[in-house]
Amino acid sequence: MTPVLRRRLFLAAAVVAGALLLWGLSGLPDYGIYRGPYGDVLNTVAVSERHATNVVAAVAFDYRAVDTLGEEFILFAAVLGVAILLRAQRDETEQPPDEDAADRRAPGTSNAVRVLGLALLGPTVLFGIYMVAHGHLSPGGGFSGGVLLATGALLVYLSGEYVTLRRVRPEVLIDVAAATGTAGFVAVGLLGLAAGAAFLQNVLPLGQPGTLPSAGTIPLINLAVAVEVAGGFVLLLSEFLEQTLVLRRPGEVT
Amino acid sequence: MRFLPYLVAAWLLLVGLYGIATSRNLVHAVTCLSVVQSSTYILLLAVGFERGGTAPIFLDVPVGTRAVDPVVAALTLVDSVVGATVTALLLALAVQIYKRTGTLDPEELRSEDG
Repeated sequence: MTPVLRRRLFLAAAVVAGALLLWGLSGLPDYGIYRGPYGDVLNTVAVSERHATNVVAAVAFDYRAVDTLGEEFILFAAVLGVAILLRAQRDETEQPPDEDAADRRAPGTSNAVRVLGLALLGPTVLFGIYMVAHGHLSPGGGFSGGVLLATGALLVYLSGEYVTLRRVRPEVLIDVAAATGTAGFVAVGLLGLAAGAAFLQNVLPLGQPGTLPSAGTIPLINLAVAVEVAGGFVLLLSEFLEQTLVLRRPGEVT
Repeated sequence: MRFLPYLVAAWLLLVGLYGIATSRNLVHAVTCLSVVQSSTYILLLAVGFERGGTAPIFLDVPVGTRAVDPVVAALTLVDSVVGATVTALLLALAVQIYKRTGTLDPEELRSEDG
């Protein structure tokens, strides 16, 4: 099929699909008028039932925790897939760019990037930990907090030479973190079974709403998710950096 | 506008699909898929929005304050992170395809198969 023909075919199909879409959307309530009962019910009962003031976290890590566990497995499988796809191939050799040879030097880092990266590192990691720890109270949680923590690693890579840093990279720790996070989520679920309740049921003491030790299992799941997301994203980051900076194919000019 | 967000979602879906269908570069196609994905976020959040509603977080405001739907917010929050890793997986595939064939153009890949 030629590109022109394909474009025409797509446009014809898109007109039909777009019309159907608009027809379907026209049946929705006007924007700004909420009709569904679930949101209102949850907003009313979640704080007294689960003692979590962040109802989004209560939904993601308690009421719909099984759904989130599925998403977590998708994340884990995707990270695993990247690690497998980007591993060194048979004909590839690991050859970090040599500092001494001018034609192989990795692009240098400017002092401005170094200073800014190191200055941002502390606040970023601290804010990440804060977001994870307060996920059941205020906006944040394991997913966004985990991404922030991984950003800390990105800042380290940005402000240093990746090739130097990979020598001290806690590779095993990152792999273990990604796996432990997923296992931790399941373990919290099994806690429910062990207590004679349902899988992922919130069986821990709920505490005082609005305080750090509250909401039962939600902070634990937040922590597990944060460990997995942070580990997974650092793994993704270093896999792609390895591709660019370290792995060499035969005959490739670096 | 009473339905502008719905139109934005429909537009992003179609324009992303157009990008995928006519793409001449796999990295571009993956990016277009992210555009399609973001249309679902806009649709979800638009459906859950309530005029005058605050965020469904009752730390500083009492329970009973009008708030938007927390369910769609939770779905979007989780998927935006998970979606990023799936995008990374697709980009890793593109990296390997380029290594094997030396091209990222779907048209050229097709002719190499034949």
